[in-house]
Amino acid sequence: MKEQASRHTLELLRFYLRLDRIRLGIWLVALTFFTVIVPPAFLGLYESDQERQLMAETMENPAMTAMVGTGALDDYTIGAMTAHQMLLMTAVVAGVMIILLVTRHTRTDEEDGRTELIRALPVGRRAGVQAALLYTIITAVLLALFTGFGLYALQIDTLDFEGSLLYGAALGGTVLVFGGVTAAAAQLADTGRGTIGLSITVLLGAYVFRGVTDVTNETLSWLSPLGWVSKTDAYSSNAWLPILVMIAAALALAVAAGILQERRDLGGGLLPHRAGKANAASYLAHPAALVFRLQRTALITWGVGMFVLGVSYGSVLGDMEAFIEGNEMMAAVLDPTSDLSMTEQYLPMLIVVMSMMAAIPPIIAINRMRGEEQKGRLDPILARPVSRETVFGSYAGYAVLNMLLMLTVVGSGLFAAAAASMDDAFPFTMIWQAVLAYGAATALLLGLSLFLQGFFPRLLPLVWGYLLYSFVVVYLGSLFQFPEWVMNLSPFAHVPDYPVEEMAFLPILLLSGLALLLGGAGWAGFRKRDLEG
Amino acid sequence: MLKTEHITKTFGSFQALQDVSLEVNEGEIFGFIGPNGSGKSTTIRILLGVLQATSGRAEIFGKDVWKDAVEIHKHLAYVPGDVHLWPNLTGGEVIDLFARLRGHKKPVDKDKWLERFDLDPTKKCRTYSKGNRQKVALVSAFTSQADLFILDEPTSGLDPLMERVFQESIRELSREGKSVLLSSHILSEVEKLCDRVAIIREGAIIETGSLEELRHLTRTQLLVEAKQPVTGLEAWAHELEETDGGLRIQVDTEQLDEVVRHLAGFGITKLESAPPTLEDLFMHHYERRGGGAS
Ligand SMILES: Nc1ncnc2c1ncn2[C@@H]1O[C@H](COP(=O)(O)OP(=O)(O)OP(=O)(O)O)[C@@H](O)[C@H]1O
Ligand SMILES: [Mg+2]
Repeated sequence: MKEQASRHTLELLRFYLRLDRIRLGIWLVALTFFTVIVPPAFLGLYESDQERQLMAETMENPAMTAMVGTGALDDYTIGAMTAHQMLLMTAVVAGVMIILLVTRHTRTDEEDGRTELIRALPVGRRAGVQAALLYTIITAVLLALFTGFGLYALQIDTLDFEGSLLYGAALGGTVLVFGGVTAAAAQLADTGRGTIGLSITVLLGAYVFRGVTDVTNETLSWLSPLGWVSKTDAYSSNAWLPILVMIAAALALAVAAGILQERRDLGGGLLPHRAGKANAASYLAHPAALVFRLQRTALITWGVGMFVLGVSYGSVLGDMEAFIEGNEMMAAVLDPTSDLSMTEQYLPMLIVVMSMMAAIPPIIAINRMRGEEQKGRLDPILARPVSRETVFGSYAGYAVLNMLLMLTVVGSGLFAAAAASMDDAFPFTMIWQAVLAYGAATALLLGLSLFLQGFFPRLLPLVWGYLLYSFVVVYLGSLFQFPEWVMNLSPFAHVPDYPVEEMAFLPILLLSGLALLLGGAGWAGFRKRDLEG
Repeated sequence: MLKTEHITKTFGSFQALQDVSLEVNEGEIFGFIGPNGSGKSTTIRILLGVLQATSGRAEIFGKDVWKDAVEIHKHLAYVPGDVHLWPNLTGGEVIDLFARLRGHKKPVDKDKWLERFDLDPTKKCRTYSKGNRQKVALVSAFTSQADLFILDEPTSGLDPLMERVFQESIRELSREGKSVLLSSHILSEVEKLCDRVAIIREGAIIETGSLEELRHLTRTQLLVEAKQPVTGLEAWAHELEETDGGLRIQVDTEQLDEVVRHLAGFGITKLESAPPTLEDLFMHHYERRGGGAS
């Protein structure tokens, strides 16, 4: 019976690996590449112990801890620096990778009916899930070995063998855990999109939770899978316990996924579905309303998520205030002549990260247009007397509204939590302006998305790469002292860091104008090109 | 060969199947028809062991469809109505993959079947039309050497030429002693191919039997012309319609004998009788919905 349920697991595994050989290869090479270029860069930039220690001291504040996690700041070697600055962020990206890959081979295949074809063959009931889990393990091991040995091969003094292996193992362990999360989510949600949504929610939730607990109570961070990553303390105390915890968690998730999978019908999910309405409301006749209706759930979920993010970061500000008051060193780093409070001077850093996160839902909204197009669902809409311009415009308009809403929500969350936790709170309008200013940068990403959707729809995923690039340069910019132009390639670099800088309207207008131009061009392109299907 | 006994299936509170009993014998082509949403695909997916019946028993080759799914599938081929494949693989690759998962080294007579169905195996699945994707599944089934074929609207995307190729191929299978369960909305196809038919409505089987038997249960259409005006048919006739010079009536096939005796007294000049088509049968059952027996 057991053998029966697993029959052809390995055959399917080989099939998945073959389907993904390029995709997986690119992920692994990219992750390894970005891991191994960092320590040599640090070595060049921070040669002396003093320089590194100075860096450690600027890192030692709640806002940074919330963002990059805890680290060995008292002995900030190149190794400790790499683990502190890079490990957590790389782990998040590795988590996204495995979520996308596992969903492809589980729920998406099932949703599209490919799993049914496979299951009608003499292939065991559990073979599909097991193959996806083995695929996760292989990915995890490869990533761990590539990054671990890659770092060790740099032959930098403080990148010792054990630390490098542990660094790799922490990434591999994250892949295991989130592979397990995705396999379980694929049993609960009944669409590929739902599976990705659920798993990413867990990932971002783990990140934000860890951010708050790292600042307030580090022990609680053990509750977050991403907390385990920082707790390995690679290149310092080298703790292997978190790796064991990751393996145990992954096993538990895998078993849960297997059990859930065997209990349920093919095609079904375990989360309940409400019966929908039989008749469409009359407002659905307009494509804009349809766009809104189809994305309503996403809008609400992201809205809640953004508010939580704002609250989480806002709550850090209270700690920040207390911290700065008791730290003379900080006072020296920050501009003492400024008439802004010290906390205000840290505000832009939090706000730029939040605004980048808030860029995700509107970009997704535009990606939905391409998704609908590929599934052939735009055809029936366009077959009615609805012009392509209207459909395109509806998606674009919706994305802009979505963006403004997300920025407002994330700003409100930040304001609310800051007001509750600080003695000397910010006025709401100040936060709101600071956040909305970044709308211009997001708008540029949206304009670019529309441009690509209009002319080169297959290149649309590049926008995600651009957002990631912007994140990396902001996140690592001060650390690496990138040349100016590298920073300036990101639209987010041009938005004034209000309230530290003066609010300048010229860059905002220029960014918005460029966004409009790109979007308009895309609109024109979409009228002319063939629809995919 | 294939047997279900009193299967029921509920999705939440919705009862999709109630008390479905079917039997397909060796070498038989069995048709499975019913309106949209009546439970055909659900029954088939239970037979494939991908849905679990809420109650009842289902066996194929004498084995339980849920517990022994893997064993059963070694000798079974399935073609759905809407075939989705891996966009980046070619049709040929998919056919080979399926053969390998079946435990065969290679699909048997692949080239012959590709040619018969006029399918280009070198195209990526993303570029196939609906009909061509269906052909991939059909070729995979026909090259599988299975003993039982379960086909759920297998021709819904095929053109008339391919439809004919399909029908010929199915007849060949049955000559080789293989069994086929064919669900279809193309009633002429079922009528031409099937030895026996089951009609399902709202999750319940309402009729099973050979076409002959089913016809017996329904009406025959008569066209009558006689020297004297025909009267007194109201007791038998379901639909009475005057045509120029004659009458068109429908009578229960069981009462045909009485009707013809009655008609004999009017001096018949012309009598045509047409057996009901499967379509008539289907409509007959379908229209009973809601109104009870009519
Ligand atoms: N997973 C499910 N959850 C809830 N209801 C379902 C599910 N699958 C099928 N149903 C319902 O069960 C009923 C039977 O569906 P089924 O697909 O078997 O019909 P069908 O006879 O194949 O119809 P068609 O001719 O349109 O293919 C339908 O009313 C359908 O809505
Ligand atoms: Mg069906």
